[in-house]
Amino acid sequence: MAIEKTYAEINEKIRSGKAVVLTAEEVISLVEEKGLSEATRQVDVVTTGTFGPMCSSGVFLSFGHSKPRMKMQKVWLNGVPAYTGIAAVDAFLGATELPQDDPCNSNYPGRFRYGGGHVIQDLLERKPVKLEATSYGTDCYPRRELETFITLDEINEATLFNPRNAYQNYNCAVNLSDETIYTYMGMLKPKLGNAHYSSAGQLSPLLKDPNFMTIGIGTRIFLGGGIGYVAWNGTQHFPGIQQDEAGNTYGPAGGTLSVVGDLKQMKPDWLVGTSMLGYGATLTVGIGIPIPILNEEVMRCAAATDGDLYAPVVDYSSAYSQCEPGNLGFASYAALKSGKITVGGKKVPTAPLSSYPKAREIAATLKDWILKGDFYLSEPARLLPSHKDGIVAHSLEIKGV
Amino acid sequence: MASKKVVLRFGEDISENPIIYHLAKDYDLIFNILRANVNPNKEGTVVLELSGEQYEEGLAFLKSQGVRVQPLAENVTRNEAKCTSCGACTAICPTGALYVDRPSMEVGFNSDKCVVCTICLKVCPVRAMEIAS
Repeated sequence: MAIEKTYAEINEKIRSGKAVVLTAEEVISLVEEKGLSEATRQVDVVTTGTFGPMCSSGVFLSFGHSKPRMKMQKVWLNGVPAYTGIAAVDAFLGATELPQDDPCNSNYPGRFRYGGGHVIQDLLERKPVKLEATSYGTDCYPRRELETFITLDEINEATLFNPRNAYQNYNCAVNLSDETIYTYMGMLKPKLGNAHYSSAGQLSPLLKDPNFMTIGIGTRIFLGGGIGYVAWNGTQHFPGIQQDEAGNTYGPAGGTLSVVGDLKQMKPDWLVGTSMLGYGATLTVGIGIPIPILNEEVMRCAAATDGDLYAPVVDYSSAYSQCEPGNLGFASYAALKSGKITVGGKKVPTAPLSSYPKAREIAATLKDWILKGDFYLSEPARLLPSHKDGIVAHSLEIKGV
Repeated sequence: MASKKVVLRFGEDISENPIIYHLAKDYDLIFNILRANVNPNKEGTVVLELSGEQYEEGLAFLKSQGVRVQPLAENVTRNEAKCTSCGACTAICPTGALYVDRPSMEVGFNSDKCVVCTICLKVCPVRAMEIAS
């Protein structure tokens, strides 16, 4: 008889200390050894993890009211602008925002040593952060200028809200041109000098629930070292199954998550300000998602290996930058992790941008929380759209009125 | 014999002389040029890795030719607390001093292989690589 488990049954096992929890790495050998049915029977939860640079991250900050009050129109945190067109003392600080006086790429390639992501890390390290604000003044909010220092503990709210994180899969970036290029995928040496990928592969959350059978709105997750939730699908959530021109399939790609959580309970080790040479600043985010093993199909997906999962190899000197479709083929994560892939007959050294050891640590931490009964699974209010929903990406048309 | 890293500074007057050639021919030293640069004033700087029985004699020869010789005092170090083992440096590092250890996928740093080119200081996304002198 087919095995079916409910969230309530799994949570009851967690409560009674009887839940069997394995990381997405550990479960692979169990399924190979015991088979799918027996492994599904034995295991209640599989924990995943990923730790990589994730743009589309940021934090809502609510500073509290000064005396006299101020309707902040422009704000800066350590010189980095935040968007305050929300309310008088609320602002959103984006991870990729740069200080106004940053030289950017005028001295190419720019270093981008400090940005919104670094401010978030400074807040988490409980460092005082300089807050500057200006305004035009109103009868109820007369103050026009403000300069002070804030700390994470002093301000009223700090809500990490990342509109797009945890990409299901990502390109493996190469450079076919004759010159070194500097991208958000790192420094790419000319003529296929290196290949950079950015996924935890067999540990990565959305590669282990590729059809969104368990992850949805309200899923409780490990976020930045604390607890967070899936708020919605991420922006650019275009889940699909990768295919080559001959119609061969190469597994899932395209899903994303929007995640939310209280920044105050997160840790600076798991939200790290990040600088990409010649590109910009961002935030490296640690995310771990528990997958409840509800049935064999969920387990089959959760047991996918690096050999089953593929990244498209994309030329960032032309195809990517010019927004041209197509790729140079697919490379399995097993091949990418081996340190060399073959592209167009040439052996190319590979390197990750996403930390596999940290992903492993996140999956192990989440496992530990669940085993201790500190973390229960939440049943989503609604599952996220999957490749079956056929969401199509639109490009931005440049046109007149 | 263990190799040593030295910085050689050539004044404009001697920067066109084939001095390093003599290290190999007359003193039987094995040299590896780690870095070389000539500035607009025609002053040269060469970082060499040297090994051989007649190391001291070779150095004395360099000094006799007017070359200023200093041990390579700069050191690239890794701030272990900051490094996330992401791996972004490993296909950039020209000597393999920074590498991915498999299967753990931890990033390792073998400072003996480091030639202090300092490219890792620029490409490290979390600025974990530091230079000390």
